[in-house]
Amino acid sequence: MAEGRDRRIIEGVRAYGLIAGMWVRSTMAYRASFAMTTFGNFAATFLDFVAIMLMFSRVDALGGYPLPEVAFLYGLSATSFGLADLLIGSMERLGRRVRDGTLDTLLVRPAPVLAQLAADRFALRRLGRVTQGALVLGWSLTRVDIDWTVDRLLLMPVMVAGGCGIFCAVFVAGAAFQFLAQDASEVQNAFTYGGTTLLQYPPTVFAKELVRGVTFVLPLAFVNWLPATYVLGRPYPLDLPRWTAFASPLVAVACCALAGLAWRAGLRSYRSTGS
Amino acid sequence: MGAGRLYTAVAAGGFRRYATYRAATAAGVFTNTVFGLILVYTYQALWNERPHLGGYDQAQAVTYVWLGQAFLSTLAIGGGGVEDELMERIRTGDVAIDLYRPADLQLWWLAADLGRALFQLLGRGVVPFVFGALCFPVSLPADAGRWAAFLVAVVLAMLVGFGIRYLVALSAFWLLDGTGVTQMGWLLGYFCSGMLLPLNVIPGALGEIVRVLPWSSLLQAPADILLGHADPLPTYLFQGAWAVVLLGAGRLAQSAATRRVVVQGG
Repeated sequence: MAEGRDRRIIEGVRAYGLIAGMWVRSTMAYRASFAMTTFGNFAATFLDFVAIMLMFSRVDALGGYPLPEVAFLYGLSATSFGLADLLIGSMERLGRRVRDGTLDTLLVRPAPVLAQLAADRFALRRLGRVTQGALVLGWSLTRVDIDWTVDRLLLMPVMVAGGCGIFCAVFVAGAAFQFLAQDASEVQNAFTYGGTTLLQYPPTVFAKELVRGVTFVLPLAFVNWLPATYVLGRPYPLDLPRWTAFASPLVAVACCALAGLAWRAGLRSYRSTGS
Repeated sequence: MGAGRLYTAVAAGGFRRYATYRAATAAGVFTNTVFGLILVYTYQALWNERPHLGGYDQAQAVTYVWLGQAFLSTLAIGGGGVEDELMERIRTGDVAIDLYRPADLQLWWLAADLGRALFQLLGRGVVPFVFGALCFPVSLPADAGRWAAFLVAVVLAMLVGFGIRYLVALSAFWLLDGTGVTQMGWLLGYFCSGMLLPLNVIPGALGEIVRVLPWSSLLQAPADILLGHADPLPTYLFQGAWAVVLLGAGRLAQSAATRRVVVQGG
């Protein structure tokens, strides 16, 4: 049983790699177009940061956080989300595939549907978003005043990987939801794009209820708020034990498991449009 | 059929077409509300730090956020107007059929876009705005005159918005693939309309420039009238002038395109 599951996972990863590789080769046939769209992707996300910089041209701190610390939060949120978006952001298109009936072709192929869908139209241009987030993060690291200890240093890559995992779970859960509400695919934008926007600002800016919601209900706070406030040596608005700052990978695994269950339930309930 | 009745029918069709997708509309309302919530808190933090930033008090800034969410799809600031379909018709060559019709290309699409905008305003704009007005301290005028003046500015904003997006769409006659232009169009629009940050908050020369560009007719102009921050008449003149310039440019581009460009066929 366990062996069969392992084989299915390996098979899925292999299928994902093959399909993604194919899309990369096809993208590279039009190099100029690739360069332009990657730049566009970079510029579109950069605009968010321009807004923050313009805000800081008028004030010195937002919610008690100066610009380098907000940039630190922004960089972490944008990098984690950018990686998740690069890896499986194409799952947004599920609603369209359900509507026009092309999901059926994926069902008859000998590879896991989740892997096929995640790699579908794999868009390397989304590296633009990752690059932008990483640049802001790098800039902030040269400016913030952090008391670097071993645990804080180790927490950095763990936080980005955990954050990426949490956002991946949101994408999968969003896709599962689209089996139910085919036209309502925009709802997931509120949690994906809305989520990353929310996390770009300090938690002290938002109402306590909202912070509680994204900590305990939809645990987006584990992407950066909780670990990053620990790294910065700042208090988190909610009174939580210190180990929660290190819990991102566990939360990511739990979220992915739940999203996987939701995905299965969604796929099982699928009825083809028959067209 | 009289010309007026024809374009009214096209506009009504545009309205009904978008009204068909109820689940999509509900999803849009939800998403706009969530984004509004996030923005409201950041604006409140900003105005806590600097009260009267850009001449707004905090309640006015909050009102501005919810107006922005109401206008995002109405004025297709982030894309999603009729221009996508028009571009696709130009790319495939279907536009030849449109040119063959006994109707003017620009007026036809303008009517369809106005119908769409009206539906998006009622279907997607009102609910997030009412939610914001009920849950946060907002600054709304008590007299009906100001609301009427605001609605006139909204109609002018719809004309300017279409004027910009029609030019973007017509670029497909020359470029065929309009992906890049569309992307640049909505990036510029997003920033220059004041969706990211009210234009009167933007400092220095950059602020001066964005305030005279056509995009400031979209969100900033109606918002300033509603918030009692600008007089209606000069604002109408500004919006009207841009509408005339942009729609005129669209007409020139259209005649150049239909005279010189070979339509794709297959």
